[in-house]
Amino acid sequence: MTRRAALLLWSLGAGLFLLSLLTPWAAIGELLARDRALGLAILTELRLPRALLALSYGAMLGGAGAAIQALFANPLASPDLTGTTSGAALGAVVTAYIFGFAAPVALSLGAVAGALGALFLLLALAGRRAETATLLLSGLAISALAGALTTLALALAPSPFAFYDAYDWLMGSLVDRSLAQAAFAALPAAAAILLLLRLSAPLDALTLGEDVAQSFGHDVARLRLEIVCLTAVGVGACVAICGAIGFVGLVAPIFARRLTGGHPGRALLPACLIGASLLLAADLAVRLAPLGRTLPIGVVTALLGAPFFLWLVAHMRWRLER
Amino acid sequence: MTPRLDATGLGLAGRLEETDLLIGRPQLVCLVGPNGSGKTSLLHAIAGIGSPRGEVRIDGIDPAGLGPDARRRLFSYLPAGREAAWPISARDAIALGLPAGAQAGAIAAMLDALDLTGLAGRRIDRLSTGERSRVLIARALAAQPRLLLLDEPAANLDPLWQLRLMERLRAQVREQGQAVLLAIHDLDLAGRYADRLIVMHGGRIAADGEPAALLAGSHIPAVFGIERRGGAWRPLSPPADPRSSR
Repeated sequence: MTRRAALLLWSLGAGLFLLSLLTPWAAIGELLARDRALGLAILTELRLPRALLALSYGAMLGGAGAAIQALFANPLASPDLTGTTSGAALGAVVTAYIFGFAAPVALSLGAVAGALGALFLLLALAGRRAETATLLLSGLAISALAGALTTLALALAPSPFAFYDAYDWLMGSLVDRSLAQAAFAALPAAAAILLLLRLSAPLDALTLGEDVAQSFGHDVARLRLEIVCLTAVGVGACVAICGAIGFVGLVAPIFARRLTGGHPGRALLPACLIGASLLLAADLAVRLAPLGRTLPIGVVTALLGAPFFLWLVAHMRWRLER
Repeated sequence: MTPRLDATGLGLAGRLEETDLLIGRPQLVCLVGPNGSGKTSLLHAIAGIGSPRGEVRIDGIDPAGLGPDARRRLFSYLPAGREAAWPISARDAIALGLPAGAQAGAIAAMLDALDLTGLAGRRIDRLSTGERSRVLIARALAAQPRLLLLDEPAANLDPLWQLRLMERLRAQVREQGQAVLLAIHDLDLAGRYADRLIVMHGGRIAADGEPAALLAGSHIPAVFGIERRGGAWRPLSPPADPRSSR
């Protein structure tokens, strides 16, 4: 990645983060001038957690998507299409509505366990370097199973309001989270991203196949385990707080690899920055759209991401048939 | 002189029986054998691929304790597959073979040596299989390691490039003191260029020695089921049917 592109991505992320905190300028300025304490409270208790969540969840999805795509040697592997986010959602729902533990730490542990289960199931079903059809079918099956089990868990929940309670969260939402809740997502995500960034060189070595990577001394089995665990921890913690948000983990690495000459490992950091920028921009769009109510952010990313996914599948098919 | 390769007790579960191999001096060693005879497994076991058993010393050094950059300087491995998982450029693919801080001219030298300069910026998935083979061979040669482990490097190359490759490898052995261990199916090419020939069969070394003697001896017919007749390799003649003489 050129320095100019890196700088541009950093600036874009930072700019969107500030925009997320401070727009609309006039209203925030007026509020701060009139009642400083209230203005600051709105900034730190409403805006900051939301912007932090968009930043960390977006970066986590971008990084996890880049790592999973590199590992499976497949540009269609991403946390949502592999069933990781659905597995995490199932884990969190079972923890909250069946076992009755609603504390953020319990939800996070439940979501991480669900994400881990989904990823190991995917490895067992699709194999280590999965062909596109096998990968998508396995991911689809895991997502469908996790979705059905989530609905079953909500139906069997003691609370009659479980469906209503969970609806907004299941659709993916960054609204009304406290700073403490944001920390429960952002800290594991930051740690997972930092640890994933260490794996850049072995993931690049995988470009020439597992045998070559092993001949360089990279332990591919350990690499696989590290990526599965880090992705599960980071994505699971974010899903526990914000619900499932799709397509960012698919789109961000694809754009990131265009900046790194196709190298999948070097694309990890730009994928994080692009993922963070995408989610911050989506959240701004959700907040500023004149719809009269706030849409769940997961709906927006799906509305934008699904056509991109369809284009990608058509593009890959066109290239295969050429 | 420290042996280029000293491997003892090598093995890979179900594919390679316990094997010792010593390459004492710079040599071009060709591994021949039928499909499934253990050529790739022997290369894998030396390169540390797939949890092999045994001990390996390259120039007296155990590669197991080395990091990726030091391993690139010590040996390189070219797999038989010629695919790449991601569409990087030919130049970047060659760079993957170099340790960090390698000479800036190393990539240009390899591009020039394998006549790839005009293809340097092309994505390797858009090259022909033969061109891609040359890029991946260039990657394996780039760091000028002490030992080259090459699995069917001549496959997919046209006849001219097969000869050029073998000439280059022989020159590297003579001039740079490298050892080359390469698996190959073309017995004539092996006979012409190898300093030493190893015949693999059933996951073990069946014969090891001077190429001309081995190619003329009984090992090739016994292992491959072919013999040299009329200046070419042909399937062994079926034993005469005693009923046909009645």
